[in-house]
Amino acid sequence: MTDLLQYDFFVHAIWAALFTSITCGVIGTYIVSNRIVFLSGGITHSSFGGIGLGYFLGINPLLGAAGFSVLSALGIEYFSRKGELRHDSVIGIWWSFGMALGIIFIYITPGYAPNLMTYLFGSILTVSSVDLGYMGVLSAVVVLFFILFYRIILYISFDEAYARVFGMPVALMKNVMISLVALTIVVNIKVVGIILLISLLTIPQSIANQFTRIFSRMIIYSTAIALIGVVSGLLISYALEIPSGASIIFALVVLFVLTKAVVVARRKELLPGSRQD
Amino acid sequence: MSHKILELQSVDAGYNGKTVIRGADLEVFTDDFIGVIGPNGGGKTTLLKVILGVIKPLKGKVIYHNLSDGKQGKRIGYLPQFNMVDSKFPISALEVVLSGLMPRHGLFRKYRREDTAAARSMMEKMGIAHLENKVIGELSGGQMQRVFLGRALISSPRLLVLDEPNTFVDNQFEGELYELLRRLNQEMAIMLATHDLGTITPYVKTIACVNREVHYHRSNVITEKQLSAYHCPIQLITHGDVPHTVLKKHQK
Repeated sequence: MTDLLQYDFFVHAIWAALFTSITCGVIGTYIVSNRIVFLSGGITHSSFGGIGLGYFLGINPLLGAAGFSVLSALGIEYFSRKGELRHDSVIGIWWSFGMALGIIFIYITPGYAPNLMTYLFGSILTVSSVDLGYMGVLSAVVVLFFILFYRIILYISFDEAYARVFGMPVALMKNVMISLVALTIVVNIKVVGIILLISLLTIPQSIANQFTRIFSRMIIYSTAIALIGVVSGLLISYALEIPSGASIIFALVVLFVLTKAVVVARRKELLPGSRQD
Repeated sequence: MSHKILELQSVDAGYNGKTVIRGADLEVFTDDFIGVIGPNGGGKTTLLKVILGVIKPLKGKVIYHNLSDGKQGKRIGYLPQFNMVDSKFPISALEVVLSGLMPRHGLFRKYRREDTAAARSMMEKMGIAHLENKVIGELSGGQMQRVFLGRALISSPRLLVLDEPNTFVDNQFEGELYELLRRLNQEMAIMLATHDLGTITPYVKTIACVNREVHYHRSNVITEKQLSAYHCPIQLITHGDVPHTVLKKHQK
């Protein structure tokens, strides 16, 4: 481990792991509590359209993805609020349409599209210092926003109708939150890739949920669990020479199964230290 | 001294261009306890939403007297129609009660220790102090309604609006709820919507019948004849020596 730290790319990866854990820990808790996992999956996959657009225009594909994802997130919210289409159908359509757009853009862009696989399957070792900058800024924004508006976010998530009765800016808050979801997805694409990203937003929360059912604690626990998962995935990937994105998800699922087993065993009082109530 | 806190002057109201209630006139005084009755779909919830200010009247005026305290918004407490809360949502009962301060705090004011203390003493008044750290989904129907009533009362409202508070709760809680409301009525006006007039009659002081139109009857004695004149098909239990139920259907 200490010799690994001589390498810039590895130090970058550790920073990336920290920022990923913060953004996914906080935003993932919002996603899981509000049951918008499918919406988040839709935004993640449709962001491929933005990556294709980035290639086509010759700009940083992640910038293309950022613009595209925020707009598609707001678009999905808008069209499902109008109520003429079913919420999940809108997501399904947009999910595949974004990916189709991405393929078309990449196909009509002259030359070879380098790093394409990185965006699909992730590679935490190729995170650049520019990427780290974006991740660091977003982590700070997300943390600050949640500290300032924690209760409003919680109360609107819990009972939107009640908040609306008392004139709280529900639509504005939801739009800001869904934009933060979209940006969190985009900055984390390089870490595990579009195909695998949704797991970083759901597995740490599901593990945390076994130990707490309080929103603020879920945020803190999921952040810590995500960090453990990403770093151990990274080390497994190094040791076994397998792709990092996949090994991170693998590590998280193993962690989930282990904690679940412990919790179930405790409940059945098979293990010492179980509660006697 | 009782004085007027709310007035509706020939109000038309509805949603998406459809008028649900027409020409509603109503006056609410500080010590009122109004039972709002009428068939489902007759406009009870619409009337309450106009009073809460959620929907603007299509015609007519809603006037509040001493109900708004400037920045604090309207001093109205609200117990919504029982809605299925997400039983897995990670929020404690105490936080739900605290969220009743949201209208007063707005986006930016911090929640302080006195707010949490106020929420705790509210839970004590509701007899649910021991449930403070329970997650909302773990509570029974009656306990949940107490938490939501605590949320409505923590902002010390002058008018308490309840929409069908007796749905999905056990009879014991229903009785306790009405006794509690009777006590609360010494401090605030109460409007309670229900489609089941029977059990509430002894507690309310006056009755408003809502069926497209609003008929306000300044008494809690209501006869079958009046109900039919109002086109208000409702289950009515008369309190005589032998209680019996009369069910009137709306005839066109």
